[in-house]
Amino acid sequence: MLDIRNLQARVGGGGGADILKGITLSVNAGEVHAVMGPNGSGKSTLAQVLAGKPAYEVTGGTATIDGNDLLAMQPEERAHAGLFMAFQYPVEIPGVSNAYFLRSAYNEIRKTKGLEEVDPLEFLDIMEKNLALVDMDPSMLNRSVNAGFSGGEKKRNEILQMAVLQPRLAILDETDSGLDIDALRIVAEGVNKLRRPDNATIVVTHYQRLLNHIVPDYVHVLSAGRIVKSGGKELALELEEKGYDWLETPAEAVA
Amino acid sequence: MTAPVLLRDFEDFAANGGGGGPSWLLPLRRAAIDRFAALGFPTPKNEDWHFTSVTPIAEGSFRAVAPARSVRLEAADVEAFTFGRPDWIRLVFVNGRFDAALSSSAPRPQGVTVTDLATAWREQPHLLERHVGKVADFQRTAFTALNTAFMHDGALIQFAPDFQLETPVHLVFVSTPDAAGSASHVRTLIVAGHHAKATVIESYVSLGGAKGYFTNAVTEAVLGDGATLAHVKLQSESERAFHVGTLQAHQGRDSHLVSFSYAAGGELARTNIYTLLGGEGSGATLHGLYLLDGEQHVDQQTRIEHAGPNTFSREVYKGILDGASHGVFNGQVFVRPEAQKTDGKQENNNLLLSARARVDTKPQLEIFADDVKCTHGATVGRLDELALFYMKSRGIGAEQARKLLTYAFAAGVIEAVGVPEVRAELEALTLRRFTGADAGS
Repeated sequence: MLDIRNLQARVGGGGGADILKGITLSVNAGEVHAVMGPNGSGKSTLAQVLAGKPAYEVTGGTATIDGNDLLAMQPEERAHAGLFMAFQYPVEIPGVSNAYFLRSAYNEIRKTKGLEEVDPLEFLDIMEKNLALVDMDPSMLNRSVNAGFSGGEKKRNEILQMAVLQPRLAILDETDSGLDIDALRIVAEGVNKLRRPDNATIVVTHYQRLLNHIVPDYVHVLSAGRIVKSGGKELALELEEKGYDWLETPAEAVA
Repeated sequence: MTAPVLLRDFEDFAANGGGGGPSWLLPLRRAAIDRFAALGFPTPKNEDWHFTSVTPIAEGSFRAVAPARSVRLEAADVEAFTFGRPDWIRLVFVNGRFDAALSSSAPRPQGVTVTDLATAWREQPHLLERHVGKVADFQRTAFTALNTAFMHDGALIQFAPDFQLETPVHLVFVSTPDAAGSASHVRTLIVAGHHAKATVIESYVSLGGAKGYFTNAVTEAVLGDGATLAHVKLQSESERAFHVGTLQAHQGRDSHLVSFSYAAGGELARTNIYTLLGGEGSGATLHGLYLLDGEQHVDQQTRIEHAGPNTFSREVYKGILDGASHGVFNGQVFVRPEAQKTDGKQENNNLLLSARARVDTKPQLEIFADDVKCTHGATVGRLDELALFYMKSRGIGAEQARKLLTYAFAAGVIEAVGVPEVRAELEALTLRRFTGADAGS
């Protein structure tokens, strides 16, 4: 589904430092991949580059989704192609209600699939069952997007959006950071319920604890912009025990 | 419409009876034209007009007379402007002249008078004498002087004490292509008796590509003790029209003026909202939204004079500017020595959608009392790139994301409007202005 080859990227605007120095990663339908790594390893950048954040500039390599060139697409086209990134810091948009925002997004994606748009009433039905999934009150629909939301509410809202938009590939960018254990559980349960054989998830995280709830098929460890180690879910436990230090020295050798 | 031409026009007008009316009216007109002759058109040296040159008006050829020819409009022609419910009391003016056929003729509820000015001169001369020219200050403001000299039509709206009108009174000033070259000096007096509560809407609109005309409107409002007047001004004249509109109010004890000023039209447009918080505990809530594009120059000035103790003012004006437009906001707050415990808050936020658009924002606080709380803030910004990316990452197209964010910027101030129909109209106007779309939910 997602095929990344030797992806390199840096902060845009010229003269920015290289952050991704050649990432190669394949994700198939039905799989959950965890991307871990210490601060500054490039794991969040990888997520944001895949989502098309304009702050970054791709300097080399390729990334395709279902064989289509992901890097040539605008951010909205990536969403239409089935990509979804849950933001580490969801953006507040005062003045735009969650209902309007999400219905606009939902309808845009439907249009690209040749489906009819849904009206506000139909959309309310769709929202109701998804709100329950992340334990959110319907009153949030009339509130502005993320405005005045607590950290936990913002992350649950990300999962709610994911539930409604039903992406083929979801990337959770440090969704667990700043969450207490209850919120973490709600978020993780939401993600698990959305797992299907035809979609895939990349969980970017600094901590192993999220992986107790979302069990990955593969774990990749990033260091200094490269994947320095890949393995099964047991790798996450090893990292929890030993920290990241033991991986950083041989980074050059592995790459 | 140079000053000498205007003075000659006035002599002709006066020689022909000065538009009739009660005996005190012509002397008032003469006092006003004399004052105008002394003041002249304001220049940018005048502090109140620092960012706005009125040269196109001063040197335009607008005559203070009605157009020679004026097509008859049908109800269908003005349907788009007469939003709201059919039971609203509505007066329609075409090129500055009252049009009875387009206006609502149903008997007014007990306790409310709404009539055109020509009728009011005959039927309510004493009420008019008490207030007209006493609230709107023509000593200081040339355009108000000009209006006072030439005022020819408009409305008298009176609410009896304790009267509460649930539905708004709507004045619609329509200009047609026949208005080209003319000026219309419409005058409205609103008198709200003590503890009355009502809403008045003034719409200024153009029909069928009307252009090259000048609207110089003055509204005086007198709020009795405990009265609440909501005043909504919707200025969506043609982008080739000229507009100066002034609302000036005197407020009694514990009264509340709630003003909303929408300005999206005009090649050169200026709105003045002035109020005197004379009575103790009185207050003003002023909201405004200006949406500019192309070569428009649109200026808003507010002046709140805190003259009584425990008075309050709340002010939020927002501007969205595209193209090579130029916006001006000047918010004046004066606190007189006797206005202790004044509580004032002013905010002006601007969103620039293009690199060529420009805004001058000038808060102006002059405080002569020592126990007051007054704050102000002004911002000028662009669309939030991160918010745009967030929306796009959810599948919303770039164009739509920009429109939504632009609308959202305005939404905060629109939400403050009390009458649902007016809010809906403002939402529709705003969305149309920048999105070409129908109102969303």
